[in-house]
Amino acid sequence: MELTGAQALMRSLEMSGVEVMFGLPGGAILPVYDPVLDSPIRHVLVRHEQGAGHMAQGYAHVTGKPGVAMVTSGPAATNIVTPLCDAFMDSIPLVVVTGQVAMSAIGSDAFQECDTTGITMAVTKHNYLVTDPADIPRIVAEAFHIATTGRPGPVLIDLPKDVSNAMMTWYWPDSVELPGYRPRHEVDPAAIAEAAQLIRAAERPVIYAGGGLLKARAAEALRELAEMCDIHVVTTLMARGVFPDSHRLCLGMPGMHGNYTAVTAMQQADLLINLGARFDDRVTGNPAHFAPNAKVIHVDIDPAEHGKVRVPEVAIAGDAKVAIEALIEALRPGDGSAVADALADRSAWKSTVSGWQEQFPLQYDQPSGGYPLKPQFVVEQLRDHTPDDTIVVAGVGQHQMWASQFWQFDYPYTWVNSGGLGTMGFAVPAAIGAKVGQPDRTVWAIDGDGCFQMTAQELISASAENIPVKVGILNNAYLGMVRQWQELFYAERYSEVYLSADHPDYVGWAEAMGCVGIRVESAEEVVPAITKANAINDRPVVVDFRVDTEEKVYPMVPAGGSNDDIILGPEGDADAALKGSAPS
Amino acid sequence: MSGAQSDSAVVSGAQGTSLSPEETAVVSLPQEPDLHIFAAIVENKFGVLARIAGLFSRRGFNIFSLAVAPTDDPAYSRITIVVDVRNTDVDQIAKQLDKLVNVVNISELHPSDSLERELMLARVGAADLGAVTDVISEYGGEVLDHADGEAIVSVSAHPDRLDRCERQLRPFGLHVLQRTGRIALRALDADEPAVGMTA
Repeated sequence: MELTGAQALMRSLEMSGVEVMFGLPGGAILPVYDPVLDSPIRHVLVRHEQGAGHMAQGYAHVTGKPGVAMVTSGPAATNIVTPLCDAFMDSIPLVVVTGQVAMSAIGSDAFQECDTTGITMAVTKHNYLVTDPADIPRIVAEAFHIATTGRPGPVLIDLPKDVSNAMMTWYWPDSVELPGYRPRHEVDPAAIAEAAQLIRAAERPVIYAGGGLLKARAAEALRELAEMCDIHVVTTLMARGVFPDSHRLCLGMPGMHGNYTAVTAMQQADLLINLGARFDDRVTGNPAHFAPNAKVIHVDIDPAEHGKVRVPEVAIAGDAKVAIEALIEALRPGDGSAVADALADRSAWKSTVSGWQEQFPLQYDQPSGGYPLKPQFVVEQLRDHTPDDTIVVAGVGQHQMWASQFWQFDYPYTWVNSGGLGTMGFAVPAAIGAKVGQPDRTVWAIDGDGCFQMTAQELISASAENIPVKVGILNNAYLGMVRQWQELFYAERYSEVYLSADHPDYVGWAEAMGCVGIRVESAEEVVPAITKANAINDRPVVVDFRVDTEEKVYPMVPAGGSNDDIILGPEGDADAALKGSAPS
Repeated sequence: MSGAQSDSAVVSGAQGTSLSPEETAVVSLPQEPDLHIFAAIVENKFGVLARIAGLFSRRGFNIFSLAVAPTDDPAYSRITIVVDVRNTDVDQIAKQLDKLVNVVNISELHPSDSLERELMLARVGAADLGAVTDVISEYGGEVLDHADGEAIVSVSAHPDRLDRCERQLRPFGLHVLQRTGRIALRALDADEPAVGMTA
C-alpha cells in the first residue's frame, strides 16, 4: 500500500494506540492535517500551541498513556518548548510532532523555519528529524517506546513538509531496535537484600515517596510495604495521592512548603527509603544539611539519579514496583513469624512523630464574619463538596501549595501539577487534557489569577469541544508567591507583582469564552458556588474566588536554608504558631 | 594569596609561547587537570555529536579533548572523550552519557590499563633542520615538509610524550600547532568493566 508520509504518520499514530491528540495546524504541517479528517483519532483544536502541550501532559498524567500533540514549524514549535521542558522535568510521556520546512529549504532561514531538533535537544528524552517518508513508521514506533519506557519523557518528531508529501510503502514494524536504549526493569537481588537489612535495623525510617511510583503504577505495592513494615510515608508534590492522605502512616507533603511533621521526620530519620524521587532542592533545602543522620536507600529507574544529589548507602536501579515487590519478598520472614519481630523497636520514634502531628498541624484562620476569604478555606470547601475521586489540577505558586496542602488526596492520579519546571499557566490546559482523558470524572483546576491570565484562552477550546472543566481562581490580585517572597525577604518592597482583582473581569471573560462565570467574595458564598459549578456539565465553569491578598503559604523553609529552620507561621516560630487558631 | 598568584601565573602561561619547559611545569602543577578518558560507541547518526556536546555543556562537564570517527562498522562511531573531572562526579558523566539514546555503550578507560595515542602536526622554525629532525626522531615522528627555514613535522605518541615533544620544539619556534586529541583502547590484558545501563 502506497501512502504519503502524512498518511503514514497518522496511520502510525493509530497503530500506536493514540485515541486523542491536541494540536493546531499551520503551513509546514498542512499535509498531515488532511488525513486528520479521515482518522478515528480525536483531534482537539487548541488556541495556542503551549496549550496543546500542557493538554497532552494532563491527559498523560491521569491516564498513564502518552500524550500526543501536533503543531506546525517555527513559532509553533517554539511555543511548545515549554510543555516539552515541563514534561522532561516531571518525566511525563509525550510524543510531539512538529512540521518543518521542506528538506531543501532547511538551513536557508525559510519562512517559519527554526532548528526545532536543535532547540529541543536539551528538553526531550530524544528527538528525530525525519528525512525519508519510509522511516516514519519506525520512528513513530520508536518514539512511543522511548517516551513510555524506562524513565518516561517527551519525544519530538520533526517532519519536513516534503517528507509528508512524498510517497512511501506502508509497513508497521513488529518491534523496535534501539541498540543504545535498554531501560533497566529488573533489580539487583544483592541490593534488595542489603536494603531489607537497613529497613529491619532502622529505628527512625521514613519512606520518601516520589512521582516515579505513579509512573510505575506502584501505589498498591507501596501501601503493602508501608503497612507490612509499619513505616511512615511522605508524598512529594509529584507523588500526592500515591499513598492515601487519610492513612495512619501518611505524613503528607515534605519540602519548602511541606508540613512540619513530614519535613522534620525526614530531617531526623535514620533511614530514608527514597522510592522514585530525586532529592529535588524543593524537598531537601540545603542538601548539605538535609537528613544528616539518615542512611539512604534510593530506588530509581534512572541510575543517573543515584548520587546526583545525595550518595545512597544502597542504590537500586530499576522499576519501582518491581523493587518494592522484591523488598516485600525479602522482608517477609520465611519461617512464618511476624514481620514486626525482625524490626528494630520504633515505639519512641512513632510517639515522637504523632506528637509532632498533634502539635504542628497545618493551620489558617478563616475569620468568622467570612471576610477576608481565606484561600485555604476555599480549597477545603472544594475538597469537601466534590466527589472523592475528583481530579485536581494546579498551576504554580501559592494556590498550588495550598491545593497540595489542604486537599485530601486518597487516590493516585487525582493530582496534576507542574513540579519541576514550575510552569505558570499549566492548570487550565492540563485540566482540559485531564478531562479528555477521564471524561467521567470531575476535574477542578485550582488556579491563581496570574497563572490563569497566561493560558485562559484554552477555555475557548474547552467550550468549543464540550470539555466541561471547572476552574477555581484563587484571586488575590497579586503574583502571590512572588509577593510573599518580597514581603519576607525584600523588606515588603513590592516590585511589579500587583495584578488587580477586577482587571480583567474574570466573570465577563469566562462568559465571553463560552463558560459560566461565578464570583465569590465571602465565605458563605463558597459552597453554593461550588455546588452550582458541580451541577454544570455542558460547558466549562470559572469561579472567581476573591481571596485575602496578604495570606501566605506556611510552613516555609527559606530557599537554600536547612530544613531544621522551618518557619511555621507569620510569627516565625513554633510557639507562636501553637497559639494560633486551629484550622476549621 | 597563593591561589591568586598561581591563577595569574597560569594565565600568562596560557598566553605565552616563550615559557621554558621548566616554567610551564611549575605553573601548571597547582591547577593540574584530573583527566579521565571515556570511550563511547555511538550510532553514526545526524546530530549525535551535538547531543553529546550539548549534554556536556548543560551538565557543566568539562571536555578536555574529543576525537570521533566511524568504527569498522560504518553504522557506529567511536568517540574518545577526555574529561577534566575536577568539578564533576565521574559516575554522573558516564550515566548521563549512557542516557542518550544514540549512545550504545560507554566505558571509562583507566590510563594504567589503556593504550593512548595522539597525533600532532606542527609547523616549526627549522633554520637548523638537523636539530629539529633529531627531536622528532626521538619521538618516532617524521618531517613531512620543509622550506624557507620552516618544517612541518608529524608525531604520533602518548599524549604525555607529545607534551614533552612540544616543549622540546618550542625553542625552535612553534608557529602552528595542531593536536588531534587522544584516542585510546583498553590494553589486551585488562578487564573490561561495564559501565552503564540506560533509562
